[in-house]
Amino acid sequence: MESALTPAAPPADLTQENLLEIYYFLRLTRSLEEQLVNLYRQGKVIGGLYRSLGQEGESVATSYALRPGDILSPLIRNLGSMLVKGAQPVEVLRQYMAKTSSPTAGREMNIHFNDLDKGFLGQISHLGDMVPVMAGIALTFKMRVERRVGMVYVGDGAMSTGAFHEGVNFAAVQKLPLVVVVENNGYAFSTPVHKQTRVASLADKGRSYGIASYTVDGNDVLAVYGLARQLIEAARSGEGTQMLEVVTYRRKGHAEHDDQRYQSEEELALWEGNDPIDRYVSRIGDAGWATPDDLERIDSRIEREISEAVGTAESDPLPEGESAIGGVFA
Amino acid sequence: MAEVTYLEALRQGLWEELERDENVFMLGEDIGEYGGAFKVTEGFLEKFGAGRIIDTPISEAAIVGAAAGAAHMGMRPIAEMQFIDFISCAYDMLTNYVATARYRAGLATPIVVRGPSGGYVRGGPFHSQMPEAAFFHTPGLKLVCPATARDAKGLIKSAVRDDDPVIYFEHKFLYRRIKEDLPDDEEILTPIGKARVAREGSDLTIITWSAMVWKCLDAAEELASSDGASVEVLDLRSLIPMDDAAILGSVRKTNRVLIVHEDTRTGGIAGEITSRINEGAFEWLDAPVRRVTAHDTPIPYAPTLEDYVLPGADDVVEAARLLLAY
Ligand SMILES: Cc1ncc(C[n+]2csc(CCOP(=O)(O)OP(=O)(O)O)c2C)c(N)n1
Repeated sequence: MESALTPAAPPADLTQENLLEIYYFLRLTRSLEEQLVNLYRQGKVIGGLYRSLGQEGESVATSYALRPGDILSPLIRNLGSMLVKGAQPVEVLRQYMAKTSSPTAGREMNIHFNDLDKGFLGQISHLGDMVPVMAGIALTFKMRVERRVGMVYVGDGAMSTGAFHEGVNFAAVQKLPLVVVVENNGYAFSTPVHKQTRVASLADKGRSYGIASYTVDGNDVLAVYGLARQLIEAARSGEGTQMLEVVTYRRKGHAEHDDQRYQSEEELALWEGNDPIDRYVSRIGDAGWATPDDLERIDSRIEREISEAVGTAESDPLPEGESAIGGVFA
Repeated sequence: MAEVTYLEALRQGLWEELERDENVFMLGEDIGEYGGAFKVTEGFLEKFGAGRIIDTPISEAAIVGAAAGAAHMGMRPIAEMQFIDFISCAYDMLTNYVATARYRAGLATPIVVRGPSGGYVRGGPFHSQMPEAAFFHTPGLKLVCPATARDAKGLIKSAVRDDDPVIYFEHKFLYRRIKEDLPDDEEILTPIGKARVAREGSDLTIITWSAMVWKCLDAAEELASSDGASVEVLDLRSLIPMDDAAILGSVRKTNRVLIVHEDTRTGGIAGEITSRINEGAFEWLDAPVRRVTAHDTPIPYAPTLEDYVLPGADDVVEAARLLLAY
């Protein structure tokens, strides 16, 4: 990519091309969700809609730090991680609109879908359940002596489930190559973190299981990337399960239908001023790693891609009723 | 008299029990300040305080287990599952600890576990379940499933007063869709274990409960107008205990039985009811007992798929016609 200037070397092991690609995924995540909001308002999204506004930075940065062959399991606010791992906007749109062409043929909703070849395993709604499952994926990597890593996301709320604790402990004891990304975004539905736990730092929960645990500013994309990369490589080289707490903030309600009455105006404004994408744009712009032109080119590419995807997805039919049958067993 | 929704009736029932007995308290996720995911407990925190309307961490096993412990001490806890689908996370606590407590240890465990249940709302596999059969099989748990606003109120009040653990399946499709005039000056207590004749008839009995009652009433109406058939609809209201007398009485009257439930077919409660009819009224039957249920799959998300998997009034009409012609 031809760009104006490259004064200082990009951070960590990122090339300038990587930096622009990260921008692409950040913006794509946000724009795709905005498009979904439009569709939701038009009644074209069939179930609920869940936003990751304000959290795109950590989703993209943590997943971007993985290598091909690694597998992650996202939660409802990790659209960004799935896009990084190769999920296509049109797949996401078809899922939300329950189209027959969706990855789950209309059986599952929103971003509950997987592509293990690309490296992501779909979640179920039951919080915490993906932690033991991802421990099992990491166990297989270990048994087969493959240098691959698993990554699993949990929210501050999901950390209160039994499955989370059993899964993390299991992974810790087995020294599995698993990175647990803890998304401390302030709330679990309406419940603030302090009603969820008494620990001051969610990373303490990892420490209590004897695993290396760190906390990072989740809205600093490059800081998250750098630390995630280290932990992923530590896990890969046999150092066992790692935990990374990303401190961020959920700027929208739990779902589109949630009035957010429990989040104050001041708090929302504060975090709006700490937007991960804005910060990233200033950072790469100030350092001369990207020009406004570079970013505009990416923006218009995204606009084009999304509008094409919407056109395609909208014109697809809903599944035929009878196709609900079958597929329960092999 | 005031017209109230199913949800409002449930809310009133909870409110009245909290007012009546200070040992009654509630615990669950987002039930306090937020008033619950469906706003069932809106205003409860302000009225009863954070000591009795307890917002919990996302820990269903702890919610149910703590309710059990408090119940042993004479409290009357009402535990909310944000969606009934998450009751599976408390399955161990309910089936091993709670259900056996009286039998093995003489411990009273008067808890109510309640939550939004059922499909027809495009909720996908994890926000549409009707997991009644999973608990039906475990001796020691009472199961209630109101279909009307009156029973939503009357059954929650009876559940709170019951000396045994009760799982209260409230149907979220009904929350705001049905309304009924309820008296303001009369206490509504629906006895647990008593079925209700939702429609009288003489040619065929449909045995059902929860949201399916309404689909069956639609079907009965259709059968009356287009086939001239007189269909009785029996709303069980409570699955454990089950009102065998009402079931057998209706079978003896109509001699034909259709059982309709929203839950999946294999291992569904229709199988048990069929056996009871065989054992108690076989010689009264003019036709084999039939059932209309969900297909044996998870509940899919797409409207076309969900409508195919879950039973509808048309499925009921079709099965009823087979029986009527038998
Ligand atoms: C076991 C379980 N209980 C309850 C729920 C309902 N529920 C869905 S999301 C949510 C809050 C999740 O909060 P958190 O884990 O912090 O993730 P966030 O939404 O903040 O990203 C709740 C309570 C669930 N999905 N699973």
